[in-house]
Parts: sequence; C-alpha cells; structure tokens
Amino acid sequence: MARHLGIPVTAVRIALVVLLSFNGLGLLLYAVFWAVLPQQLSTGARTRRDLALLLPFGAIGLGVILLQGLLFGDNGVAGTAGWLIAVTAVGAGVIWHQSDPTRRGQWADASPQAPWLAAVVAESDRRSFLFRFIGGGVLVAVGVIGILAVYAPAGNLSAVFNGVIFALVGLLGVGVVVAPLLWRTFSQLRSEREGRIREQERAEVAAMIHDQVLHTLALIQRNSTDIKEVQRLARGQERSLRNWLYKPSASPTERFAAALEQASAEVEDTYAISVETVVVGDTQCDESVAALVAAAREALVNAARHAGVQTVSLYAEVEAEELSVFVRDRGAGFDLTTVEDTRHGVRGSIVGRMKRHGGKAVIRSAPGDGTEVRLTLPVSRESVTAGKETAR
Amino acid sequence: MTEPVAEENRRLTVFLVDDHAMFRAGVRAELGAHVEVVGEASTVAEAVTRIAATTPDVVLLDVHMPDGGGRAVLDAMRRSHPQVKFLALSVSDAAEDVIGLIRAGARGYVTKTISPDELAAAIRRVADGDAVFSPRLAGFVLDAFASRPDVPVADPELDQLTNREREVLRLLARGYAYKEIAKELFISIKTVETHVSNVLRKLQMSNRYELSRWAADRRLV
Repeated sequence: MARHLGIPVTAVRIALVVLLSFNGLGLLLYAVFWAVLPQQLSTGARTRRDLALLLPFGAIGLGVILLQGLLFGDNGVAGTAGWLIAVTAVGAGVIWHQSDPTRRGQWADASPQAPWLAAVVAESDRRSFLFRFIGGGVLVAVGVIGILAVYAPAGNLSAVFNGVIFALVGLLGVGVVVAPLLWRTFSQLRSEREGRIREQERAEVAAMIHDQVLHTLALIQRNSTDIKEVQRLARGQERSLRNWLYKPSASPTERFAAALEQASAEVEDTYAISVETVVVGDTQCDESVAALVAAAREALVNAARHAGVQTVSLYAEVEAEELSVFVRDRGAGFDLTTVEDTRHGVRGSIVGRMKRHGGKAVIRSAPGDGTEVRLTLPVSRESVTAGKETAR
Repeated sequence: MTEPVAEENRRLTVFLVDDHAMFRAGVRAELGAHVEVVGEASTVAEAVTRIAATTPDVVLLDVHMPDGGGRAVLDAMRRSHPQVKFLALSVSDAAEDVIGLIRAGARGYVTKTISPDELAAAIRRVADGDAVFSPRLAGFVLDAFASRPDVPVADPELDQLTNREREVLRLLARGYAYKEIAKELFISIKTVETHVSNVLRKLQMSNRYELSRWAADRRLV
C-alpha cells in the first residue's frame, strides 16, 4: 500500500492510526486499500507472512472498536482507556514485528521508497534490535498502567502498583512467546556467519596447498634422483609454509628482521643449505641497516660456498645502541692471513661495506674450526622502534 | 658436540611420544646407538599408561598431537612421576607452542630437524637435570625478557635475566654448543649448564607479560 501511495509505510500506518480515532475511518481506509491493492503486498509466497503482518493492526482495530463502544457509553474515562489500549496494541505490534527475521527482510523489500527504513529494519545489529524491543515493551507497559490508572479514578496507589505488576506480567508473557523465536534467529545468524568464515578459510588453505605444496611435491618427484635439489625444494617449501602459519608478513625493504630472513632464504635457495635464522628484536630499515643486511648476506654466501657444511647459523640482535649480526658455520674454516687483498667477497663486501657505514666486521676463523663473522652497526636511538613484539 | 658421558655403563632409557609412526621409526633408528628406546606411544592415553609402566629416564614428547598434545601428557605425568624428564620436540618452533610445554614442566625443547648426535647429547643433558634450548628458543627468551621501560618488573629475581645468562643465551642463539660457550666465556661447562637451567626456571616461573600472554592465547595456563 505504501508503495502504491509512494510514501513510507510508517507514515501510512501512523496516519491510519491517527485516522482510527475518527470513528474508525482509518481502519476502514486500510481495509479498503488492502482489498483494492492486494497484488502489492501479497505477491507469491509472501501472502502468509503479510497476513501475519496485519496482526498488529488487527489488534489496533480491536482497540479502536472497543473505543467506539466505550464512546457510545459516553464515558470520557473509558475513551481514554480505549486510547491506552491502542497504545498497548501498537507496542505489542512493534514487538511482534521484530520477532520474525524473515519479515524484517520482507520489510526491506517492501519499502523501496524508504531505504532508510529498510536500513533500520533490515539491520543485523543486535543493539538497535534490543532498543526497539524495549521501546515496544515500554509502550505496552505504559498502555496497561494507564488503563489501570484510569479504571481506578480514586487514584489510589495500590491500583498503580497492580498496574505495574500486570504490565510486568504482560511483558513477561510477551517475552516468553518471543524468546524462542529470538533465540532461533540469533543462532541461525551465528551459524550462518560461522559457516561462511569456515568456508573462506577452507578455500584459502586449499588454494595455498594447491599453489605451493602440491607443486613442490610434483617437483620433488620429478627430481627425486638429485638429492641437493630435493633438499632445496623441501627447505623452500618448509620456509614458505612456516611463514604462512606463524609469521605476520612484513616488508623486507622496511623491516630489519624481514630483510635478514629474506636474505637467508635466498641463500638457502641458491646454495641448497639451511640457515638457522634467529632474530631478536626488530627495527626500521635505512641505508646503513640495508648495508648490514647485504654484508650478512655476503657472509652467508661465503659460508655456503666455502665451509662445506649443511647448516649455517645466523643470529641478529637489535639493541638500544647497536645492531649486531653473527654468521657462523662449523665448516672448513680458513687462515685469515692467507686471504689475499684481491678477494673481493671478504674485504670489499663485508669489511669495507661495514666500515663505510660506520660499523665494523670481525672475522674469526681457523682451518678446521669453522668461521664466524661478527657485524656490528651503531644506531641512532630514534630508529629503534618498539617492533619487538613482531619478532619471534 | 659430544659431551663426556658420566655413566657409560648404564644406557639411558628413552620413551618416544609422537603421533607419526614414520618419525618414531626414524628417531628409534638414529638413537639406537646412543640410548635405549624402551617404548613408544602415538596417543596421549597410550603415552600416559606406558610411561607409567616403563618409567624411562627421558621422554621425547611431540608438541602437537590430537587430544591435547604433549601438554596433556605432561599434565598427567608430572605429579605422579617427577623423576621422569621430558624433552619437547616439534617442527614448529613457534613461541606460543613451546612456552606452554616448558611452563608445564618440560626440561627443554629441540626441533625435529636436529641431528642425531645433537639429539642424543640433548637427551643426556636433560637426563642429568639440565636444560636444553634450541637456538630459536634462546632468541625468543632473549626477546621475551628484554628490558623494556614500559613493563614493570614484579619480581626481579624471576622476571629478569642476569647479564651472564643473557650472554649464554646469545651464544646459544648463535649456534654455539655448550662446550664452545664455556670456552668463549672462560667458564666451565657445568657453569654454562647452571645458567641455562636458571633461565629455564625463570621461563617456568616468571609472570612476565609476554610469557603469560602466549600461554594464555593457547589456553595453556
């Protein structure tokens, strides 16, 4: 009907309720409109629900008929009572209307002219739901108390108390009727939402396994004769799964820890060794931090190429005054004095680079006793951030 | 890292708890030369009954298992069998997994990628009542116990590491063996072991926010 008139449903209904007071004119109008314009509301499967929709207004009508009857008994007090009954009925109507979620959706459909109304009615927000529920309850209570107060013209207090008690009983009754409906509605919504989330997660896991794990397994089967290659593939896959499971992703260009982890991952991939990376604390990357990471990477590459071992340890710690990185292997080692100055890897990429950025590199090694490269870089205080909680 | 074995004549008895049969078989084969594997179990319930029956020196305990994981086994056994030592073993190395087991009473933690020799050494160390930290766990402990101005220290005895303990942990995180740490710091291996055991105690008893947070996240406390 509202759609037909092009005005909000609520406005129509308020108008009708107002009209009701004029000897049931509104009721009459409503009935006429409802009879004349059946297709607007009762299309298809909605018929049954729309009949239910009429219930509150039936209640209102009842109230008004009562009002008429009382008016004919020319009793002013009784007239007021009729009004109050109408108020009660409206409250009950509001509650009743709220109790059915499917009808809320229906509301949204039925009121295209009033999107705001649809938004209000089709909400899934429990709070405003509760708010309106309580509002309806208050209306009912006011109505019932009013009626009782009116029927006790002496104005004695016990009648008012009785009224309150009756109102509470009435509310309780409504609550009992509506509670199971509410409960079912909420659990339905909840399980629906949970199901959606689960489905999303499952899809994400499936995509990851398909893109990465299955792919790696296929590669491993194809390269099963090449032990180094199998090791490299397995290690790379392990790393990416681990990242996926445990680590918040951080950009290697921004964070020290992420940059180190990326460097060791690259070395692992290239040289088929494993790098045990432990980073304590974290900080922002700047130019000298990037140089430190590059030097550490070079040290890892040297260990991978010359030490002849499967595992290299990388340990980095962010302290208040300095960053330190230790790269250690238990491999062949070498005699520092025999390394010629032309060996670019150690002199230029590690020692020189650290020196240029105000840090230093110390290399300890002896033939047969492994090698350890210690890199330290002093930092300005403000660049150390409270990033510790992102580190594992 | 080969450590002098105090009683070579008495082989340590070890019990394996892991729900992957392949992993148990692998460990059994690797450890056969070093220790005596007296039993294995694949479920929490099985582990609880069979550990009680065999009373091994050390239980190698998988962190992740159905029905509560290694934590459930620890909870069931710690009271009734205090003489049995537990060494946690996991692939994950994630702090929140490890901290729960340590706080429930495990004497140490190693990753499943550890070499057989190192695993045997770790078992011996745990059996002797000392503690075992993987490099990553050492790094994590340093992180969790980092002195921060915004975190109030309730109990300095438990909530802070001494400088020496910090140094030892740093070297552990750098991949040093106990012997190498002792040499580096000019102390005895026994002293290194004492420091690590003290750190383990702090890890188990401290109420530092980071530790309780991780534990609470997994409903471990």
